[in-house]
Amino acid sequence: MSYSLTVNGKQVTVDAGAIDMPLLWVLRDVIGLTGTKFGCGAGLCGACSVLMGGERFFSCQAPARAFIGQPVTTIEGLRDDPLGKRLQDAWVEADVVQCGYCQPGQLIAAAALLKANPAPDDEAIEAGMSGNLCRCGTYPRIRKAVKLAAAGGKA
Amino acid sequence: MSGGATGLSRRGVLRGSAALGLALVVPLGRASGAKAATLTANAFLSVTAEGAALALPKTEMGQGVFTTLAMLVAEELGLAPAQVAVTIPEGDSARFAPIDQGTGGSSSVRELYKPLRQAAANARAALVGAAARQWGIPPERCDLVGGVVIETKGGRRLPVGDLLAAASAAPLPKDAPLRPSSALRVIGKPTRRLDSLAKVTGETVYGIDVRLPGMKVAMLAQCPMFGGTLATFDEKAARTTPGVVQLVKGSDVLFVVAETYWAAMQGYIAANPQWSAPKGPADHAHILAGLDEALAKPGFEAKSTGDVAAAKARAARPFSATYRQPFLAHAPMEPGSCTAHVTPEGCTIWAGSQVPAQARDDAAKALGLPADKVTFHNCQMGGGFGRRLETDMVVRAVELARQVPYPIKLMWSREEDMKHDMYRPAYADQITAALDAGGKPIGWEHRIAGSSIMARLLGQGFTGVDADAIEGAVAIPYALDAHRVTFQQAESAVPTSWWRGVGGLRSAFVVESFIDELAHAAGQDPLAYRLSLVTDARIRAVLERAGREAGWGKPLPAGLGRGIAVLQLWGTVIALVLEARVADGAITVPRATVAVDCGLAINPLGVAAQVESGVIFGLSAALHGEVTIKGGRVEQSNYHDYRILRLNEAPAIATHIVESAADPGGMGEPPCAVVAPALANAVFAASGKRLRTLPLAMALERVS
Repeated sequence: MSYSLTVNGKQVTVDAGAIDMPLLWVLRDVIGLTGTKFGCGAGLCGACSVLMGGERFFSCQAPARAFIGQPVTTIEGLRDDPLGKRLQDAWVEADVVQCGYCQPGQLIAAAALLKANPAPDDEAIEAGMSGNLCRCGTYPRIRKAVKLAAAGGKA
Repeated sequence: MSGGATGLSRRGVLRGSAALGLALVVPLGRASGAKAATLTANAFLSVTAEGAALALPKTEMGQGVFTTLAMLVAEELGLAPAQVAVTIPEGDSARFAPIDQGTGGSSSVRELYKPLRQAAANARAALVGAAARQWGIPPERCDLVGGVVIETKGGRRLPVGDLLAAASAAPLPKDAPLRPSSALRVIGKPTRRLDSLAKVTGETVYGIDVRLPGMKVAMLAQCPMFGGTLATFDEKAARTTPGVVQLVKGSDVLFVVAETYWAAMQGYIAANPQWSAPKGPADHAHILAGLDEALAKPGFEAKSTGDVAAAKARAARPFSATYRQPFLAHAPMEPGSCTAHVTPEGCTIWAGSQVPAQARDDAAKALGLPADKVTFHNCQMGGGFGRRLETDMVVRAVELARQVPYPIKLMWSREEDMKHDMYRPAYADQITAALDAGGKPIGWEHRIAGSSIMARLLGQGFTGVDADAIEGAVAIPYALDAHRVTFQQAESAVPTSWWRGVGGLRSAFVVESFIDELAHAAGQDPLAYRLSLVTDARIRAVLERAGREAGWGKPLPAGLGRGIAVLQLWGTVIALVLEARVADGAITVPRATVAVDCGLAINPLGVAAQVESGVIFGLSAALHGEVTIKGGRVEQSNYHDYRILRLNEAPAIATHIVESAADPGGMGEPPCAVVAPALANAVFAASGKRLRTLPLAMALERVS
């Protein structure tokens, strides 16, 4: 028995032995998409964030089975979405990145935020982005980059 | 700008180890044939027709040297920073000597500023010389700009690609002049990071992302009690867990090997390992009591100027305070991991390390192999902060890899990472000052007690004073007639190591809290009091700038207070003003203002990034950071009980760079080091409560 997942617009077959594994490990260890990061394994840090539809999920907390029949977007697919590209470019423009390890999750969270609220104020940014930890402390620039992307991406 | 700049590409990894090896090694040699493909400037820098290739002698862990060091090369070679292809090389002490590949102590730019500029300038002189010879004119009439040597007062041009062979054939100039300060066009200009795009698209391969053909994944469980051993485990239950390949046991560790990390985790749960505790007490109270005992001892003298006893005798009054700081975990976002493959020919390793050459040597030692049989591919790191100055992860990985026939990626769970860190030591400090009638110190004695990282590293060579722990305590910003500093080692079962800010971090909390207490005891403004005691012009300028930019002295609403702290270390002077709000028993920090004289600021955008990073990293520790021990075990396990700040808790941070003619100073650690005292001082200003024990959120709870 095998199952089909839709990841970044592509059909991926996952066998019965892996379908009850958290999506994070299916992505990283089975499919080989390592852009989605392992940080805490407990839904505390947000590094493993993926989009299902427009919504953000912690992929370390939900079995792959929960994503059957739903379009999953990981960081590797974010650039194919105009909003995703705008966010990634804003991240570069605002010089957000340091070690970069949490940033895939930050970007997924930001994409979910802007899909739900295209013009978030400070409070909405705090609500949308405080589920993701950054040990390097890039938060001030994440704020800037989210605003930059929301404003259309112009510097 | 991105693809080649990631150190190693995912495609390279997927192609397998042989291809990966090639992808990681920058071919610095010359291509066969008449035309040289590169001009080799030194062991890690070469010039190509397209730009330059730099194998980073120090490593990137987020602090931005990928970009800063490329800027130095770009400056001298007349390139844009993005034209410097940066790679992260293998660990190899011989290749980089005399430069140590170890990245710590805010050393990257300080150590490389001159050698790297010089190497690039030498290469420029070689290319310019080759063109000048061809044109029959003095080299002074030529320059290298944008990959072309030009005749500055004439129209002739030669692309670098046409000059590489001739430049390589001639002796390489040794002490070519650097570009004059007046002509700098890259250094000092705000420059965006070169590694951003690869990181925001998920393309960057961190150590934990390495995948090899035939590779298995393992997780490890180490004895949760320091010094304990593995007693029993249910091998049968673990072996029958789907996906589990095998179990490997060591004296104090169990490795569960599987097809995926998740399967390894299930196997570990099924194995349910039981441990034997070591003898002896190992509770937190016992460790703290050991620190107090050490503090009461005479200690080993680290500094003695003037006559402290005489100063005490003639003092109008004494003033004394004791400060306590906890063990801290590093908790980088990327948990520990290391991939290793042992074959009859040797061992190949992939991991992110701040000390790749040391890691290679330590792996070789653990395997009983000569170092040249071990290849250490260094990777991008998901944070270092001192954790990856240790090689325990590499040694564990080869311990397992030598017992299995396939490549193995060994992974730490977050819990394992938290419970088996090598922790920033806990410390107890006491300063006793002799004050004159005006409330100024005429002398003070500073006693420091804590674990000594240097003692572990030096072994028999350690003579009683930890040279790191006393940093920031022996050279302080304030003039004292008499000054004595002692250190007394106090060890426990808790393993200790470097943590961002190192000695300066621990000392600044004590010195800058104490000077603030003296100011208040004298009834003086803390900034004015500091200014009355400083003699160094750079320190004065930084203090004044921070005060001015922060609106020091302007009234704040009730419940808010400002605190200041200053530090001179690693060639940098930094002052931080924090605003703290104390309300409902909690501390929040709305605003931070930094003035920094870091010498020549090579990349102002990078300097500001390190300020923001250090302030937030330091705030997490100052407010919440504490590792405690119960029953010989670390009590904390993940980010819920070892809190780090979230976006909504981070202050607005303003960075003001003070113009400076000094050589570049370090920026990775100074901002972090001044946070705790600035915050303790702000909490006092806001609430009247003097907190002398970190972390402050818990200290406030105890006095509220």
